[in-house]
Amino acid sequence: MKKTWAAYPYLFWIIIFTIIPLGLLIFFSITVQTASGIVFSLDNFRRFLEPVYLKVLMRSLSLAALSTVLCLLLGYPAAQFLAAHDLKHRNTMVLLMVLPMWINFLLRTYAWLPLLERKGLINYILGRLGLPSLNLLYNDFAVMLGMVYNFLPFMVLPIYSVLSKIDRSLIEAAEDLGADPALVFRKVVFPLSLPGVFSGITMVFMPAVTTFVISRLLGGGQFTLIGNLIEQQFLTVGDWNFGSAISMVMMAVILISMGFASKYETEQEGGGLW
Amino acid sequence: MVSRILKRAYMFSLYLFLYAPIIVLAFYSFNNSRTRGAWTGFTFKWYLALFQDRQIMTSLYYSLSIGVIAAFVATIIGTLAALGINHLKPIPRTVIMNLTYLPVLNPDIVTGISLMLLFIFVRLKLGFLTLLLSHITFNIPYVILSVLPRVKQLDQNMYEAALDLGATPGLAFWKVILPEIMPGVVTGWLLAFTLSLDDFVISFFNTGSGVSNLSIIIYSMARRGINPKINALSTLLLVSILALLVTVNLMMSRQRHLKIREESE
Repeated sequence: MKKTWAAYPYLFWIIIFTIIPLGLLIFFSITVQTASGIVFSLDNFRRFLEPVYLKVLMRSLSLAALSTVLCLLLGYPAAQFLAAHDLKHRNTMVLLMVLPMWINFLLRTYAWLPLLERKGLINYILGRLGLPSLNLLYNDFAVMLGMVYNFLPFMVLPIYSVLSKIDRSLIEAAEDLGADPALVFRKVVFPLSLPGVFSGITMVFMPAVTTFVISRLLGGGQFTLIGNLIEQQFLTVGDWNFGSAISMVMMAVILISMGFASKYETEQEGGGLW
Repeated sequence: MVSRILKRAYMFSLYLFLYAPIIVLAFYSFNNSRTRGAWTGFTFKWYLALFQDRQIMTSLYYSLSIGVIAAFVATIIGTLAALGINHLKPIPRTVIMNLTYLPVLNPDIVTGISLMLLFIFVRLKLGFLTLLLSHITFNIPYVILSVLPRVKQLDQNMYEAALDLGATPGLAFWKVILPEIMPGVVTGWLLAFTLSLDDFVISFFNTGSGVSNLSIIIYSMARRGINPKINALSTLLLVSILALLVTVNLMMSRQRHLKIREESE
């Protein structure tokens, strides 16, 4: 089929539903509504530099970064275990890791409420044991827990798929040359698994930075991350110009970090070992 | 030996972490009392209440119909696009592929908001139509990405042979091209359908006038705290996902079985 016209409906679709909407977003972010009409201005971005908003940005970035680190620390050993060549029920165990991702994201987040709330299961058990009850919900801890819980499989799977493809003979060669297990890991396994680690990091960090659902359900109404800020500007405050500017900042953060990750990944290809 | 036990214990606790909340959720859907914590007896009343809840049942209908229609339209546009893209010159092709990746990489909230701006800008009332259009938009890239590898594997000679044997281009497409790329098309449709069912963020910004899908209903209920009806709903969803996965696995292993038998004959 030498017919490129087949792509035309799609071309038409992206122009209307991808390019024009982004254009509108950019337009709103660089204009302000004044009494005399719409004026071009960078005020929206300047306003974002105010301490209140910068604090929200820093909070989103640090919570997302912490959750990503936790996912990596918890997920790497799990990926190693799954990739172990002598494992009997490997496919079943990998499937069990994927399965939670099939459950609606909101339900997975909601599932923590009955456990964490004031009269929830954990506090009920603590009470039965004669221990004081804990404030588990509506704080940083709950939001981070929600992030780690929701995104952990996204860290495990890419690392697992890279680890399971590592050539066994490389590891054996290192062992033959006298390296102990720690050195083999540091010099051979870990460097070779870096592409998986990097795609895991992006797959966890991106949704964690942009979420407004986890912070809303597990952090409570007062908890604000950058995603909540955008939602508020559009749905409650009604300041579309400022909301668009924050969205542009968020898009920049994401696309730049993606750029870094993919650059690293391509550098890794071909002789990345030395 | 000790390290083996440690590893097992670690994996066990990790799986416990992944599954405990879901199991507890399902467990509480049978609990008689609305106040959680204590178990006060077995009941089906939340399931009954769930099926009598008009709002939830309507949202289920919207989720399924949007999912089916959006996946269907996205599959047609996306499959055609994949066929066309394969024959584009390198530069326009790179441009289109980058534009295809854009909605995949862009945060959902940005995609959702920019589409909302468009719909409000052209004075399209937010509701079923805008929800459907937004779902088609985020589905198409996934269809393209699953069909394109199949298109690249196509043997050009087959199509030409069909034409030489007197088939019209339409017939050749129907009888030669489509069967070859069908696995990619089916995967694309399934992927689009699942993504559509699972989406919350983009739907949240692009719906209105009383049209809600399941995700939006769950969000608005969960925001007000715990509701046993959601527990019942998630248990039912969980059971249907499990049933689906088991069926697919059984079908695949049967196919493998048949194939092995064919090969050995």
